[in-house]
Amino acid sequence: MTALLLRDLRLALRSGGGAGLGLAFFLIVVMLVPFGIGPDTALLARVAPGVLWVAALLACLLSLDRLFQADAEDGSLDIIALSPLPLELVVLVKALAHWLTTGLPLVLAAPVLAVTLNLPADGYGWLVASLLAGTPALSALGAFAASLTVGLRRGGLLLSLLVLPLYIPTLIFGARCAANAANGQPALPAFLLLAGLSLATLALAPFAAAAALRSQLR
Amino acid sequence: MRGGCLPLALICGFDQGWRHLFVCNGIHSAAPHVKAALFPNAGKSAKPLRMSLQVTDLSCQRAGRVVLSGLGFTLAPGRALLLRGPNGVGKSTLLRALAGLVPCSGHVALGNVALKSADWAEQLIYAGHLEAIKPQLSVAENLAFWAGLYGGRAADALAAFQLEPLATRLAGACSAGQKRRLGLARLALAKRPLWLLDEPSVALDSDATALLCDQINRHCAGGGMAIVATHMPLDLLNAETLTLSAPIAPMADPFLDGAFA
Repeated sequence: MTALLLRDLRLALRSGGGAGLGLAFFLIVVMLVPFGIGPDTALLARVAPGVLWVAALLACLLSLDRLFQADAEDGSLDIIALSPLPLELVVLVKALAHWLTTGLPLVLAAPVLAVTLNLPADGYGWLVASLLAGTPALSALGAFAASLTVGLRRGGLLLSLLVLPLYIPTLIFGARCAANAANGQPALPAFLLLAGLSLATLALAPFAAAAALRSQLR
Repeated sequence: MRGGCLPLALICGFDQGWRHLFVCNGIHSAAPHVKAALFPNAGKSAKPLRMSLQVTDLSCQRAGRVVLSGLGFTLAPGRALLLRGPNGVGKSTLLRALAGLVPCSGHVALGNVALKSADWAEQLIYAGHLEAIKPQLSVAENLAFWAGLYGGRAADALAAFQLEPLATRLAGACSAGQKRRLGLARLALAKRPLWLLDEPSVALDSDATALLCDQINRHCAGGGMAIVATHMPLDLLNAETLTLSAPIAPMADPFLDGAFA
């Protein structure tokens, strides 16, 4: 299990792994918003939580399509499936590696970028908290979609269509949590719903993804 | 219904012509039959051993096409089985079916562990056409990963296939033969009774092929079994040959068979 996690982290950090890609995309998209909307600080402050969350969703998508496909192409997936490690655990570990290389950098970069969007000071803590609670769910749901599209050519496009609707509940509660905090309203209810959603996703997605992988292997 | 423009009288009255139409249109697809012929070596031990591999009436379909049907053989411990036959006859499918990677019907058991049981995967090591190695990782890192999943020591596997001089090289920078040796080094990690090898000697030079044969012979000498699909002569002791033959006869009733294909 540790071996699989270390290998995935190492592969992501080596050349061509694309670990920095999600983060760079996140930076660019968020930096583009003030250029598009204009220097209206009040408006930027209002849209900041939503923009940061939508950009985080899209950044998460970038490296998802290779999550299982790279292993399927070089035959590693067959050998991993025949190993003593249960496939559910394989999915969970690969989703964890994806979160560590994509989700966690986004969480750390978000407060810096929030400055450029003029997010009110009260919002920072809850923004980071909501991203910290929500991004693992994005990786787990993404792993499920990636397992469905593993056998397809150009599966990445289909994956985006499959996974973005599934991200909507996470987006609603995550963005609402940060926005409420920024407006001085209670953020805790939205955060609790987000955390519950995240936990449920983490518990269920590995089983769904493992079932999808088993049918793809045949 | 296919050919629904034909008058009903024609269908009823000219059954033979209707069948002919089916074949001509290419709707009917004759299922290839695979005939298995087993040539056991002379001097076989009379006493049946406990952990032998039993395959009975194995049938397999891929994409709606019957690839294997009615295949059966027994492999005693300490013996290797060479799978031979022309391209596309089902050698790789048989190996993948025995690994549990392709659904199949029939009975397969190793000792008292059946193919469909949860413990089956722990009885075997499968090495397919693809080496299952990551080009961005070094030779030693690739093996360390498989050692972490399967158990065993990466250093032993490196030594078994004489990969120590390449240990720090990136797998992507290795030649095809070196990659193949790295893929096969997985065999030396965990002790599993059954080895399933698909064309293992492709891209190997004569020294490396001898090394591979030596590993298989040692595995068999320790009571293990190996099933090897190959087109090349391999210098194996205790080897039997199973020849899969090309499709021989069309179905008895192409009309019915085509209708359900």
